[in-house]
Amino acid sequence: MCRRFRTALLVLAAIVSVSPAAGQQFPQYRPPRMADGHPDLNGIWQALVTANWDLQDHEAQSGPHPEVMGAYGAGPAGQSIVEGGEIPYQAWALEKKRQNFEKRATADVSSDKKWHEIGDPEFKCYMPGVPRATYMPFPFRIVQGSSPYILMAYEFTSATRIIRMNWKGEAPTPSWMGWSRGRWEGDTLVIDVTGQREETWLDRAGDFHTEELHVVERYTPVSPYHLMYEATIEDPGVYTRPWKISFPLYRRLEKNVQLLEFKCVPFTEDLLFGRFGKEAGK
Amino acid sequence: MNRLCILAGLIAAVSMSPIAGQAPKSAQKAASKGTPAAKKPPAFRTPWGEPDLQGVWNDATSTPLQRPGGIGTKDVLGDEEAAEFQAQLANDLTRDRRDGGPEVDVNRAYNDHWMDARRLKITADHRTSLIVDPPDGRIPPAVPLSPERQKARAERAAANARFNAGLPDHYTDMSLPVRCIIRTDSPPYLPTIYNNDFQIFQSPGYVTIAPEMIHSARIIPLDGRPHLGKNLRQWLGDSRGHWDGDTLVVETTNFRTDDGVTFQGSNPETFKITERFTRVDATTLNYEFTVEDPKTWTKPWTAIIPWNKIDPAEQMYEYACHEDNYDIVHFLTGARAREKRGETK
Repeated sequence: MCRRFRTALLVLAAIVSVSPAAGQQFPQYRPPRMADGHPDLNGIWQALVTANWDLQDHEAQSGPHPEVMGAYGAGPAGQSIVEGGEIPYQAWALEKKRQNFEKRATADVSSDKKWHEIGDPEFKCYMPGVPRATYMPFPFRIVQGSSPYILMAYEFTSATRIIRMNWKGEAPTPSWMGWSRGRWEGDTLVIDVTGQREETWLDRAGDFHTEELHVVERYTPVSPYHLMYEATIEDPGVYTRPWKISFPLYRRLEKNVQLLEFKCVPFTEDLLFGRFGKEAGK
Repeated sequence: MNRLCILAGLIAAVSMSPIAGQAPKSAQKAASKGTPAAKKPPAFRTPWGEPDLQGVWNDATSTPLQRPGGIGTKDVLGDEEAAEFQAQLANDLTRDRRDGGPEVDVNRAYNDHWMDARRLKITADHRTSLIVDPPDGRIPPAVPLSPERQKARAERAAANARFNAGLPDHYTDMSLPVRCIIRTDSPPYLPTIYNNDFQIFQSPGYVTIAPEMIHSARIIPLDGRPHLGKNLRQWLGDSRGHWDGDTLVVETTNFRTDDGVTFQGSNPETFKITERFTRVDATTLNYEFTVEDPKTWTKPWTAIIPWNKIDPAEQMYEYACHEDNYDIVHFLTGARAREKRGETK
């Protein structure tokens, strides 16, 4: 008697027990499902960590031009989201990171070859790459339907990336948002990201990578309002070993909330191209 | 007994996910809607019961927006005339001819290497224009412009002239597509030389259109919510959709007032665009748009463009634009160099 209920309970228990990450902080949770039986991750999500300023521990800091920007340009303090606290850089790479940071708010596009040499790509409104797109101070939407593709749409510079589910083919060429292949592991969406342009940075502190960057992201629903996000970051060109970041993503719940535009190209044109205009320098 | 089981199940479900009662609507809908096994669902339906538009579509065609002069009043051609029409259009569109002199050659620098081959074929139904209303296949006559708009148009024309002469003063002399702000991602969607792909995603309560050029996603809510407030304008406007039978109807307002944002320089305050997406069969979708603006055209007009599903082996790729927009610097440094040499034209 009551067999159906008991079976359902057993299935539930099995699913819950294999569900990873969440365990420590969240009560057991069974997310709503899409028709294919996988969790429904649709919604607008946003990180609240300050990792876009610095993945590691950081104090509140003034912006690059406090004499003009005052407290407007300043950044908040924050705790490291890196497992173990520090990014395991190879010795030489720390120096490069320091140089990146020093010139983070500069740009020089006078030569095609040196186009990307200095300045934070965010400063120039370039697409942020992965995982940075996830912890920028802007929301993003996960669009999940019944096709073999999931779309991630980010508010920052209207960047998008397509997650190809159970896809075999490799990245045809490097791109700013990379080549994302997804699969489900229980209730966790796992995304393998390769083929990223070497020019993207990981934060405003100058943290960087090469084209060998390999990111494995994990999105696990832990309540109707939270996804746990975890990413393993590997790049033998820069780091001594793979390392991990994790933080929660929060569902945006405001009435009628929608992803808006942050098309920042017009905010950077004077900086990048103003000096080549007719009146410039006169 | 049975009732007890259900009750026990309910209690268990509630206690295992304590705040599920507040789960977002879309999730609830997706979870609760199942297809009854006995009833066969109609073709091209999502699991949650809406017409299924998902896939990567291509809107390239050589059929012109407006019916060309000289072709008479025929809106649809017979096979033989159609072949001739297509050959003529392909010849006009090709960039590899060398019969225009050096200046024209420069403007054909994006040669046939860049050309989407589908751009050289007319629509399968052999129409002579994409415009279906008015019946003459032409954009209705223009309404006289206000002095302010006349001035703005003249300024834009002067900037275009400087750019085309290779002497742009400033980056603002360049159009929004050249500046990588908006390209073919702003409605209405019209065929162009390359990157005519659009991927449609659907999720309960939303249709999302991702045009390849430029990497933006137009996320269209279908829940009847109001448009954004009038002081919140966007480069791609603000879209709301609903189903009219099997057709997705999308209305877009709240376009920014910057020069070049609204279609054909129409007035952002009064411009209205309605798009209709209808799945025809496994490989075709009908895209229809109607634009109206009493301050620009004497009456509304409508065009239909067939969208064809692309070969699954073909893919949507990232179209980065601003990130390596060397052209802007080349155009401007070229202009400064020419000014130094005293060239003014």
